[in-house]
Amino acid sequence: METDIAKNGTPLTVKDFKSDQSVRWCPGCGDYMILAMMQKALTNMSPKKENTLCVSGIGCSSRITYYMDTYGIHSIHGRAIAVSTGAKLANPDLNVWTFTGDGDCMAIGGNHFIHACRRNIDLNIVIFNNKIYGMTKGQSSPTTPEGLKTKTAPEGSYENPFNIGEIAIGAGATFFARVPDNNPKMMEDVMMQAYNHKGTSVIEVLQNCVIFTDGIHEQITGKDTKDENQVILEQGKPILFGKEKEKGLKIDRMRIKKIAIEDEIGGSLVHDAEDPDALLHIALANMQYPDFPVAMGVIRKVATKSFEENVHGAIKAAKERSSFNTASDLFRSGNTWEVN
Amino acid sequence: MNINKNLGELTMAESVLTKEMKKVVIRFSGDSGDGMQLTGDMFSQSSGIAGNDLTTIPDYPAEIRAPQGSIGGVSSFQIQIGGTEIYTPGDTVDVLVAMNPAALAANLRFLKSGGTIIVDVDSFTSKNLKKADYESNPLDDKTLEEFQVIKAPATSMTKEALKDLGLETQATTRSKNMFALGLILYLFSRPLEKTIAFIENKFSKKPLLVEANKLALNAGYNFADSTELVVKSVFIPPAKLPKGTYRNIDGNKAIAWGLLAASENSGRKLSLSSYPITPASEILHELSARRDLGAIVFQAEDEIAAITAAIGASFSGNLSVTTTSGPGASLKSEAMGLAVISEIPLVIVNVQRAGPSTGLPTKTEQSDLNQALYGRHGEAPMVIMAASSPDDCFHFSYMAAKIALENVTPVMLLSDSYLASGTSPWRVPEKGELEGIKIPRFEGNPEDWQPYMRQPEFLNRYWMSPGDAGFEHRIGGLEKKEITGNLTYEPLNHEKMTKLREEKIDRLSAKLPKQEVIGATSGKLLVVGWGSTYGAINTAVTELMEDGEKDIGFTHFNYIKPLPENTEAIFKNYDQILVCELNNGQFVHYLRSIYPHFNYRQFNKIQGQPFFTSEIKAQIINQLSE
Repeated sequence: METDIAKNGTPLTVKDFKSDQSVRWCPGCGDYMILAMMQKALTNMSPKKENTLCVSGIGCSSRITYYMDTYGIHSIHGRAIAVSTGAKLANPDLNVWTFTGDGDCMAIGGNHFIHACRRNIDLNIVIFNNKIYGMTKGQSSPTTPEGLKTKTAPEGSYENPFNIGEIAIGAGATFFARVPDNNPKMMEDVMMQAYNHKGTSVIEVLQNCVIFTDGIHEQITGKDTKDENQVILEQGKPILFGKEKEKGLKIDRMRIKKIAIEDEIGGSLVHDAEDPDALLHIALANMQYPDFPVAMGVIRKVATKSFEENVHGAIKAAKERSSFNTASDLFRSGNTWEVN
Repeated sequence: MNINKNLGELTMAESVLTKEMKKVVIRFSGDSGDGMQLTGDMFSQSSGIAGNDLTTIPDYPAEIRAPQGSIGGVSSFQIQIGGTEIYTPGDTVDVLVAMNPAALAANLRFLKSGGTIIVDVDSFTSKNLKKADYESNPLDDKTLEEFQVIKAPATSMTKEALKDLGLETQATTRSKNMFALGLILYLFSRPLEKTIAFIENKFSKKPLLVEANKLALNAGYNFADSTELVVKSVFIPPAKLPKGTYRNIDGNKAIAWGLLAASENSGRKLSLSSYPITPASEILHELSARRDLGAIVFQAEDEIAAITAAIGASFSGNLSVTTTSGPGASLKSEAMGLAVISEIPLVIVNVQRAGPSTGLPTKTEQSDLNQALYGRHGEAPMVIMAASSPDDCFHFSYMAAKIALENVTPVMLLSDSYLASGTSPWRVPEKGELEGIKIPRFEGNPEDWQPYMRQPEFLNRYWMSPGDAGFEHRIGGLEKKEITGNLTYEPLNHEKMTKLREEKIDRLSAKLPKQEVIGATSGKLLVVGWGSTYGAINTAVTELMEDGEKDIGFTHFNYIKPLPENTEAIFKNYDQILVCELNNGQFVHYLRSIYPHFNYRQFNKIQGQPFFTSEIKAQIINQLSE
């Protein structure tokens, strides 16, 4: 048994996190990379397998829980975050990973998403953003770009899409990162950072759906275009992009502007994900192709107390203050009388 | 007006009060700010200490602050006390306390002919009379001819008694409820000591308030004593109750406490995830205050988050509960399906109110039974239980938790607005008195275990949770292969699993207590009730039997799905079965669907109000003569 290995202190391997169920995503789907990197990242996290919980909602993304050999809940549409919240509050020792998609999380589950961000409960939420409803076969989602033709927008979508990072940070998220589905190293690194962050960590994966939105992220994530159209953020380092890292960003009259480094005496903006002020983080998260390079990596990571720490801290304090040791003490307190 | 002339003045109607009485109904009423709920609460306490059995019900405006002095702003508290077992707060009232004209106007219809009215005569000013739509003063005209009226100058005498304390006028006026309480305590031959102790305890941080309340209480008591009321005092002998420590408890608190006891006896932490909704919120409030006993309480962002978080907490291994009322239960219904197909322990409490939609949110009804039984997509059977008195809410919430944990299944407990806010004395269980709770854990090697293996007797799964090494498994909303829990679309497997989930609920009936009958075990008529109507139906049947009626039996259901094993065996002994319920016939419909071969009759009330005993009696008499 894998657990015997864990007990003996032998490090767990990727194989230990693979369930016996065959993986049934379409060949070429971006989900495979997320699954592989999740299994790999878990081998480096300290909670044992039996203290790892994967929760998902409904959609292609949410099948992932069946493929992970951990405790898992494949819940109902939109509710993965709420299920995870209850599980984590009940047992704060759990390493909880929540998997969801742009439809599951931003449409039917939007309320739970913003409230998790507001509370800062220690969940790691991975959002598979392929900008379409895949499992129900091609309807518009809240992140579907304007103009994209879908089954429910045959002439092209005329809805204004959500930017996940803007909503997350706006709702109070203390951790937001974005990764493409073709950069395994970055994905693993971001997962580790999310794991080490106490509080709600939101990871948006730009994930390719080979059936309905194939290539939708291509301009951002493609081999030939990514240097121009992605900017990878690193803590404490200047924000640079372009083939030769010759471009950067600056703030001009409250707005982000692209700059050529050689023209700029002060150099590019230095990334500080740990700045509690969210204004610049939202601006970075909002940068969109083609006007800007799309920000990747950890955009925001601010340390503060998490919800479950506060809840369990309050319980501990209340217990210490209380004169009740058992329920019976409570039942017999106050105004009672005896019948003999 | 000459106060002295009016002190303790009585009209000449014959009083319903006598020196010794088996039971009495008292209704305290006043403006929302007059402290009538506290007054009633303190009188309940005093009655419990005196050894009486009792049942209480509050009746207050739905608005947080209705205009002062208006009929809409009247707050009332009704209590029935007795030397026999008391199951209802009473249909009609023997003593009405009315602190202003609006309270009199709003409550006079409840008073028996010959009943006693105690009014604060000082409040019958022309301004207040006008607010209560009185054209002339009812104390001076013939409105109250058939009643005993005690005109007590509560405001002025309280002012006088408190004049040396240096309190503001408003604080002084507020103490007049204690004047009224003092008067009532005198009327029912109660010593003041225990009530004074209650006051000292309640306001321990405000010594001036303690002093004010004591002075007012004494003033009321002395007023009654010195004016020599015609009915000097009424004695109600103590009821024969089982020995033990008692306290007065309302249904919502009793549910919260039952869950705490179940958590302790199962060794599982208690997780409550709820969203505020009338009339269930007090359970959420009470358990929020019970962080001191380790309760993990989560106020969710909506009803759906509340139940799904509860599902997460259950999977984590806690005793997990979500509480709501009908509209919230509707929102939760999809997630109930997840709990059913995953087969996890979960307690769902529905404190029913009158619906549909917002309906009458502060009024009582039993109309969510169909929803509880059938209100889910797919074949999604669930254990359904219903509490029948404020104090037995403790027992049934404990049992709901016990069944959920032991049978690894969702359970729905129905209460309602009437039980939630009503109170009755509850005997605190002695150590070891509650049945133990044994969670079915797999004790062998994980290799010999599978997530959807079942124990043969009740077909429950074993309950393994995160932290249990080697038992890692997945649950979810998709259909499962029997035993392994792997996903499958196999047609025959789905049919088998559907039937297993149903049978798992059905088999529980062997575990349930046998259904009992009060009165004749066979004969012309069986009266049937369920849930909160127990008090009214039981009192009606008992009174009819005391009057010599021998041909009726009564059986009351707390377990709705499954029904107790001997249900049919009881039903077949009667010519007719009269099902009484506060809806349009949902339980009778359910019974007809299971046992279609009996001769059912139904009595339904859908007014947002509980049954009166008199209504049930009339219906039974009518039925017997059919």
